[in-house]
Amino acid sequence: MAASRFAVTRGPLELGRLVELVSLRPDEGATTPGAVATFLGLVRDRNLGRRVHHLEYEAHEALARRAFQRIDEEARGHWPGVVLAIHHRVGRLEIGDASVAIAAGSTHRAEAFAACRYAIERVKQIAPIWKHEVFDGGDVWIEGATADPDDEAARREALERSCA
Amino acid sequence: MRVTVRLFARLRELAGREAVACEVDADATVRAVWDAIVRQHPALAPHAGTVSAAVNADYARMTAAVRDGDEVAFLPPVSGGAD
Repeated sequence: MAASRFAVTRGPLELGRLVELVSLRPDEGATTPGAVATFLGLVRDRNLGRRVHHLEYEAHEALARRAFQRIDEEARGHWPGVVLAIHHRVGRLEIGDASVAIAAGSTHRAEAFAACRYAIERVKQIAPIWKHEVFDGGDVWIEGATADPDDEAARREALERSCA
Repeated sequence: MRVTVRLFARLRELAGREAVACEVDADATVRAVWDAIVRQHPALAPHAGTVSAAVNADYARMTAAVRDGDEVAFLPPVSGGAD
């Protein structure tokens, strides 16, 4: 399992590891968080009325790690002191497997929850990761947003969702 | 000069390649690299409006300059994360 707070990995995600990564920061001289909020995204068995068989995730791995780091910096701009860990899995994933894991550590719970929600919204917007869905009767690339980290409207949308 | 083009997901499938060496002019921009790769792989052409780019694993505008030896990645709309 990756030791970094930002990782793209072929192996199973371990949420407990992410919680550790945002909880124990002896080298940063920071205060220990009083709250950690986590998010785990799982492979659904149905999508748009299709019965999903499995997913294949693909990433530009170096760019994805930088995108995660950027999201962490953005989150700290909104909620000072927040620390994020973001791990995304690639390769073949079966129904129920975790594709993305996020942990947000903060002094208090409100910031932790908000930053965790912000992080998953931003991952969907700017992380260079693609999902190929194999379903009963065919396969399709799932495509969302054209990735643009400087798109302020997208960033505002993520912020509004996280504070809802 | 020579750059390495990396293609991902749908673009990779359309080109049938994940990495392509590409010769471009010395003052080339990311857009010039895209145009060169579309000449090699015309199936990519319809995706010009939705593609984004990265140079050496950093997001880049289509107007950004590229240098000899750069890695230029073209990215279809992303779908990471989870709903």
